[in-house]
Amino acid sequence: MLEVKNLHVTVEGKAILKGLDLTVNAGEVHAIMGPNGAGKSTLSAVIAGKDGYEVTQGSILFEGRDVLEMEIEERARAGLLLGFQYPIEIPGVKNIYLLKAALNAARAARGEGEIPAPEFMKLVREKSAEMKMDPSFLQRAVNEGFSGGEKKRNEILQMLVLQPKLAMLDEIDSGLDIDAMKVVAQGVNSLRNADRAILLVTHYQRLLNHIEPDRVHVLVDGRIAKSGDKSLALELESRGYDWVVEESAA
Amino acid sequence: MASEEMEQLVRREYKQGFVTDIESDTLPPGLDESVIAFISQKKGEPQWMLDWRLEAYHRWLEMTTPSWAHLDYPPIDYQAISYFSAPKKPEDRPQSLDEVDPKLLETYEKLGIPLHERAALAGVAVDAVFDSVSVTTTFKEKLGEAGVIFCSISEAIRDYPELVQQYLGTVVPQSDNYFAALNSAVFTDGSFVYVPEGVKCPMELSTYFRINAANTGQFERTLIICDKRAQVSYLEGCTAPQRDENQLHAAVVELVALEDAYIKYSTVQNWYPGDEDGKGGIYNFVTKRGDCRGDRSRISWTQVETGSAITWKYPSCMLRGKDSVGEFYSVAVTNGRQQADTGTKMIHLGENTRSTIISKGIAAGRSDQAYRGLVKVGSRAKGARNYTQCDSLLIGDQCGAHTFPYQEIGNSTSTVEHEATTSKIADDQLFYCRARGIDEEDAVSMIVNGFCKDVFQELPMEFAVEAEALLNVTLEGSVG
Repeated sequence: MLEVKNLHVTVEGKAILKGLDLTVNAGEVHAIMGPNGAGKSTLSAVIAGKDGYEVTQGSILFEGRDVLEMEIEERARAGLLLGFQYPIEIPGVKNIYLLKAALNAARAARGEGEIPAPEFMKLVREKSAEMKMDPSFLQRAVNEGFSGGEKKRNEILQMLVLQPKLAMLDEIDSGLDIDAMKVVAQGVNSLRNADRAILLVTHYQRLLNHIEPDRVHVLVDGRIAKSGDKSLALELESRGYDWVVEESAA
Repeated sequence: MASEEMEQLVRREYKQGFVTDIESDTLPPGLDESVIAFISQKKGEPQWMLDWRLEAYHRWLEMTTPSWAHLDYPPIDYQAISYFSAPKKPEDRPQSLDEVDPKLLETYEKLGIPLHERAALAGVAVDAVFDSVSVTTTFKEKLGEAGVIFCSISEAIRDYPELVQQYLGTVVPQSDNYFAALNSAVFTDGSFVYVPEGVKCPMELSTYFRINAANTGQFERTLIICDKRAQVSYLEGCTAPQRDENQLHAAVVELVALEDAYIKYSTVQNWYPGDEDGKGGIYNFVTKRGDCRGDRSRISWTQVETGSAITWKYPSCMLRGKDSVGEFYSVAVTNGRQQADTGTKMIHLGENTRSTIISKGIAAGRSDQAYRGLVKVGSRAKGARNYTQCDSLLIGDQCGAHTFPYQEIGNSTSTVEHEATTSKIADDQLFYCRARGIDEEDAVSMIVNGFCKDVFQELPMEFAVEAEALLNVTLEGSVG
């Protein structure tokens, strides 16, 4: 589904990713881990199309399409969705309005008509209940005055409504207490199915106790230094990152 | 009125053609006493009205055009304007929509303006499309039952001279400012509303339904009086961009609220802003003022300003009655080469008077706009309170927004609060929306509409929906 080949990315002239390769298949959950500053968030930002990241070499293919040739909104409509580490506040714009606009944009791209209002209301009520969000959140301005945990739950709510093919979740666990993390993890787990892939970017192993990954990759100095199954995450938990860094330098 | 009924009325062709005799109704350009006498005579006005006009004219001659506004335009030759021009001869106007600025037509399309209205708005020489007499009759009956007077100011001068004489010029005096003095001398039409004591006007009044609304003219004069405990909501303008051959517009609006009366005045201004270089756009110099004359009276101005090449406009409130309330909610959008200098004045004279100012300015393209607000608290206005919030949003880096708040506080028991922000439309907000699949233009309009929400919610429902659509069209192409 996603194929990243020899990806080199610079930010303000500084090389961040230096030849990253990654293949993610439908139905899989991948975790990208690594020390701070290794380029974890850069990877998801580049795939989503954020400004300020220059791809100097390499390619990103999503279902065979050249992602780097697509506009930001095209990528999202094609099913590539990024959950933000720091969700943005948009004063005066109702949460439900953003959800509906996003959903209808994706539907239009698929050649479908706008979702009928009753059907939409039913859908968002159901999904917000899953995320243990009071329906009043839907009427509030996007992320405005939300607590850290509420913002993260709101990101997952968007995923549940928009049903992406590839969900990229950037540090979705940061700033969450254990109860909020369980709710978020439950939401992410409910996204798992044979047609969808999930890419988790995280610094800590604890999230992976709640969302079990199929593959774990350690990102060191702009490259995948080591890959393995979920046991690799546990090893990182007990041994830290240094041994991988040293191994990859050797 | 049911919209179908309206559709039918609109669809019906106007068989009589123009009623007025065009040839004898048009004056050559120029302004002197004989021109004013001609206008007054044409309108069948009494002597006192002519005297009043002439007095205004003499004051105007001694005045000079204001130069303090943050605007840049060439000097206006007042002798080159014709002060009484009937509708342009059909052969002088565009003969079909093919001759009209295609950009304008595109806008009508986007706003969903019905086909039959587009031609009239664009000034095409079609027979009048609006059978306004019939529409107005229906309204008049209902208003008549309630005792509300709603007619053109010319009719009011003839039919209700005592009311006009009592109130005209008492809020905006003839010599108030250069443009108001000119208007007082040469105004040709406008609206008159009187809501009697204790009456809540049974419907929203709109210029759209007034006779001759299609030809409101360049020197419009509006007078609205709300007697004790009366209420009215008045809507001015429409969202469709209107073209007009007259470049200079200098309107005067006077509102009078007596004890416990409430006047809500909403405007959507969308005069033709000119082509991409601002050519052909309207200069809109307006004086709007409300007088909260009675205790506990309230006047609320809500405006959405998107049109005109130049806007010079400061709807204001004189808070004279005790516990009276003045409100100003404004969204001003400029794009292309538009210039706007707009804001409000809240003059607190009575005890415990309160005022609220919420101004949202959005500048895009190469436009320039200024908010100019005065909060003045007199020495007797004990316990007066004002809250001002004025926010500017910039789209792109070639536009400008300026804020000029003035405060003059004459006593120590008053509270005046002012908050101001200027922000650029944030890249991270745009990215967030786009990363959800929403395209850039929709994302901009979503963010801008969110920014204006505090003001839009003050507009009557239908107007608010139209205003949002209008905002989107105005800002189209302002990013990327």
